[in-house]
Amino acid sequence: MGGDFAVVAEGLRKSFGTTLALDGFDLAVPSGSVCGLLGPNGAGKTTAVRILSTLLRFDGGRAEVGGIDVQRDPAQVRSRIGLTGQNPAVDEILTGRQNLVMFGKLNHLDAKSARRRADELLEQFGLTDAANKQAKSYSGGMKRRLDLAASFILAPQVMFLDEPTTGQDPRNRNEVWNVVRELVAEGTTVLLTTHYLEEADQLADQISVIDHGRVIADGTPEQLKSKIGGSRVDIVLNSVDELPIVAGLVERVCGNEAEVDPDRRRVSAPVKDRVATLTEVLRALEDAGILAEDVAVRKPTLDEVFLELTGHRAEEEVAA
Amino acid sequence: MTPEGALHPQTPAARLKWTLKDGWTVAHRDLSHWVHQPGQIVAGLIFPIVFILLFGYVFGSGMIPPEGGGDYIDFLMAGLFAQTMAFGIGETMVAVNTDAEKGITDRFRSLPMAQSAVVVGRNTADMLNSMAGLIVMIACALVVGWRWNEGIGNALLAVGLLLLLRFAFLWIGIYIGLVVKSPEALGAVWGLLFPVTMLTNAFVDPRFMPDWLGAIAQWNPISSTVTATRDLFGNPGAAAGQTWIAENAMMMAIVWPLLIVVVTLPLAVRRYQSLSR
Repeated sequence: MGGDFAVVAEGLRKSFGTTLALDGFDLAVPSGSVCGLLGPNGAGKTTAVRILSTLLRFDGGRAEVGGIDVQRDPAQVRSRIGLTGQNPAVDEILTGRQNLVMFGKLNHLDAKSARRRADELLEQFGLTDAANKQAKSYSGGMKRRLDLAASFILAPQVMFLDEPTTGQDPRNRNEVWNVVRELVAEGTTVLLTTHYLEEADQLADQISVIDHGRVIADGTPEQLKSKIGGSRVDIVLNSVDELPIVAGLVERVCGNEAEVDPDRRRVSAPVKDRVATLTEVLRALEDAGILAEDVAVRKPTLDEVFLELTGHRAEEEVAA
Repeated sequence: MTPEGALHPQTPAARLKWTLKDGWTVAHRDLSHWVHQPGQIVAGLIFPIVFILLFGYVFGSGMIPPEGGGDYIDFLMAGLFAQTMAFGIGETMVAVNTDAEKGITDRFRSLPMAQSAVVVGRNTADMLNSMAGLIVMIACALVVGWRWNEGIGNALLAVGLLLLLRFAFLWIGIYIGLVVKSPEALGAVWGLLFPVTMLTNAFVDPRFMPDWLGAIAQWNPISSTVTATRDLFGNPGAAAGQTWIAENAMMMAIVWPLLIVVVTLPLAVRRYQSLSR
């Protein structure tokens, strides 16, 4: 284990009663990078983060954060990490500044340093104007930024973000993404869980796809996407009769096998060059005299990633 | 510049210092809530006044204190003090449960702070809160004519017993707050606890109740505190009943709360530790 990895997990196992949450979970996150832990609900993402951030003990395997053994010395790990859970964990009755001063003191800054650090963070996270307002008056995005600021008091070596944008509108999502990029610019290693492929794509240097408590695929976003065929073209037709003709036509243009969905009157196929293929498909349809109801090129959904990697859809896991 | 965190304490003395310092930071958070919620302070002030008026005058008009001596208000007040201490369990439960629900407990647990400080802080804040409430209530009682008749020393001893009862209920509150999963379920628990805090000798002499009910009321830990404080305040009703539990009220006002703490404190600590299981 070189010192180049900020987070290392080897064969982590954890069960809750009879439910196996982690089943040989492996992870190695290089220092200064962003690792996206991608998977459906119930896959074990949150369990992994709670173990690595010392909130949960584990049954087997080994974990190191910032070079410190998590099980053996959790107290030392705690002074090297920041954690934001799925909901902003701030005191809503206190003001933004009071929250940060309190968490500063609990990080054992003296009163003066805690106040100074609070002001710095309020500035950095764009909360100076709302510093003396109660956190309950904050918008969802502001609360999330305050939450992130509270995890960042000692500029931790490793920051754990558990679904930081779930339930946030697109604007807030962008704000959070910008904050994460700033953290990385300051040298923090980030481990982020998400069930949005786009989020992992936007932020992560490296993605690990997790299902049933173990990593089933990892690599850069590009590597993963090429593994599952990148973008897809969808053509919805007016008549079911035309499906076979269009399927043949699409296969010729794309060079890939087309998927036919008679219920939706849809032909779908992976494409390599988005714009060029779209143009060619449209021309081929016109030449064949077929009028499509809808034609679109899109990124693969998480569902398709899962279908490709695991043979089952992500949605089936939600019941867990 | 990003500040450096302090090194972890190595000696027991240094660890204790962290616990107290962090505990005070956590307690200070609760006290800051008062400043932001003056409405709650006003409600806290009005509550005892309403109780005194409601029980002292509305119900009290038809009440005769046992032994015939004195005013019903004089009989009632020690009961109201003790009941208010027991009611404190509600605040503790809700505070502990809300922190767990909102992830604040998890945030504390992920910080390099003394882990016992969360509980120490809760205790400090709730005890200070209850002391303030008790002072207000005693002031109200004095206004409506209640007096302590056995000297300030005994009166302070009585206050001590009341706070001991609060301390015991605080630990029940912490335990329940950690066990119960949602604020809604907490409401149901409170619905069950409320009769327990009423089924005492605070309002009526248990001898006037049906035998079985009277026995439960007599053996209710709150009743021992009520009888003992009545005695210490020199209020009527202390001598009521010739049962063992009534005659040993002074001892039981100490034994009951300690017994409750001995049972619930380890349970609460175990529960807190099991958050990481």
